[in-house]
Amino acid sequence: MSLRESPFENLRVPLGWSAGGALVIAIALAIFLLLSDRSEADEPGHASVRSGFEAGAAPVGGVFAAPVRWLGQISDYVDDYFFAVSENRRLREELASLRAERDAVVALRNLNSQYEALLGIRVEPDVPLVSARSVSEARGPFRRARLIDVGRDRGIEVGNPVINEHGLVGRVTGVSDSVSRVLLVTDVTSQIPILVDRTDARAIMRGDGSGNPRLEFVRGNDSVEVGDRILSSGDGGLLPRGLPIGVVARGIDGSWRVKLFSDRGAIDFVRVMRFDNFSQLADGSTLDSPPLAGLDTAPPPSPEVVARIDDAQGRRRAEAERRAEVERQAREREAADTRARQAAAQAAAAREAPAQTAQPPAADGATE
Amino acid sequence: MRRVAPARRAAAVKVVGPQQWILLPALAVLAATLILATPIKVFGLTLPEPVMPMVLAFAWPLIRPSVLAPVALLIVGLIVDLFWGNRLGLWPMGLLTAYAVVLVSRPFIAGQDTRLLFAWYSGVTALAFFIVYLVTTMAAHQPPSLIALFFQFLPTILVFPAANWLVDRFDDGDLRFR
Repeated sequence: MSLRESPFENLRVPLGWSAGGALVIAIALAIFLLLSDRSEADEPGHASVRSGFEAGAAPVGGVFAAPVRWLGQISDYVDDYFFAVSENRRLREELASLRAERDAVVALRNLNSQYEALLGIRVEPDVPLVSARSVSEARGPFRRARLIDVGRDRGIEVGNPVINEHGLVGRVTGVSDSVSRVLLVTDVTSQIPILVDRTDARAIMRGDGSGNPRLEFVRGNDSVEVGDRILSSGDGGLLPRGLPIGVVARGIDGSWRVKLFSDRGAIDFVRVMRFDNFSQLADGSTLDSPPLAGLDTAPPPSPEVVARIDDAQGRRRAEAERRAEVERQAREREAADTRARQAAAQAAAAREAPAQTAQPPAADGATE
Repeated sequence: MRRVAPARRAAAVKVVGPQQWILLPALAVLAATLILATPIKVFGLTLPEPVMPMVLAFAWPLIRPSVLAPVALLIVGLIVDLFWGNRLGLWPMGLLTAYAVVLVSRPFIAGQDTRLLFAWYSGVTALAFFIVYLVTTMAAHQPPSLIALFFQFLPTILVFPAANWLVDRFDDGDLRFR
């Protein structure tokens, strides 16, 4: 039975009412989705939908963005052409200042490795890096994030820090097979534990959707000054310690803000650090065991090491004996000299004593 | 009552289907959003990021009331949320609120001067931004920067000519809605 022949043939609902009804249903659906979504990294909401969409959106966005990228390359070419001289001057000055720092770094690195060896410090392992290209970027006040073209297939995991050649960019909050989403440090939900390089003071860097995140929970009056370098503190174990982030500046609202180093770099190329956070590295059962249970004796030395140790001990012993012998001989010589001096002195005293006793007291009588 | 033959009626009545005034503009808006999300700098400046679907939220209710338009706006808003990485439902909420306000005020503003339409467009855009700002503040436990908000609001109201063109193009296109 077709609609025209049905009993509802003459039913007419005003268009405004039906549109209003659809609108109310759509708003209710939006509210439901809003309440049911948790987009934070620790509790990803609708993660499968998001990763599926991002996996599809990335190549489509790449195709649409191709002409815009060409435009960007043209602009870069023009920039390079007009600013080559000033850029060259700046780079020369920077190179000159960095040469001295390079030498200092080499010396310090050498010294540091000696200290580490002496103290037996367990240093952090090297973190493998994966280079990636940004496919798209959200720059609004409500979300600052990027899609990058590497995913699970390159070993990327949720929580991995993302850097560029100048500093920290953000961290991965969503991963699909070939695409990942990076939450930038400027996002309104981003909170990074940091330290001030000069004073070692700790604080939290919190994004607010603008280009310069705010510093919060800064303790002490002089712990932060304009121009101080900000590094990641590594507190909480989500980021490695010491990643450069930016320099401190005063915002127009008087709050402490951070000028990000990552803004100086290329906007579309980043590197993902495949960093396992400390909570993943630590084994819970080991942490729960008694303090000394994890300790063990050192393994027995190899014959080569034993021979080297014996040789070193023999040399040390021979050297000690030689020194002792030399000291003994010196002491004996000194004692002999002393004895000889004493004997001579006694002999001289014995010669003078009889001469004094043989003189008559005539001199006394003559004077009287 | 005299009935008009179907062939004659089809020839006399110009019909603008949902594909023309809903589907194609929605696709165009999504394509523009994709393009403007390209991470490049042109002469040292990043591309602006206007909320392009605001054009639809303003133009669609002025063109005609429809059951499809709110549903399409919901879908477009969800796609934008997924693409930008927002909480799902954030921009649908703002867009549908703007749509509702324009739908209710349609009898007063339809056919008005362009300057008045621009003022009304700016007003509903501000309302949508306020709602999204409120929801984000509650979810993130801190308000986003007002300066950053302004730099997204400004390009959004500057795309008003696209909304005005859409209204001009379709509000008189279908004889059934004159």
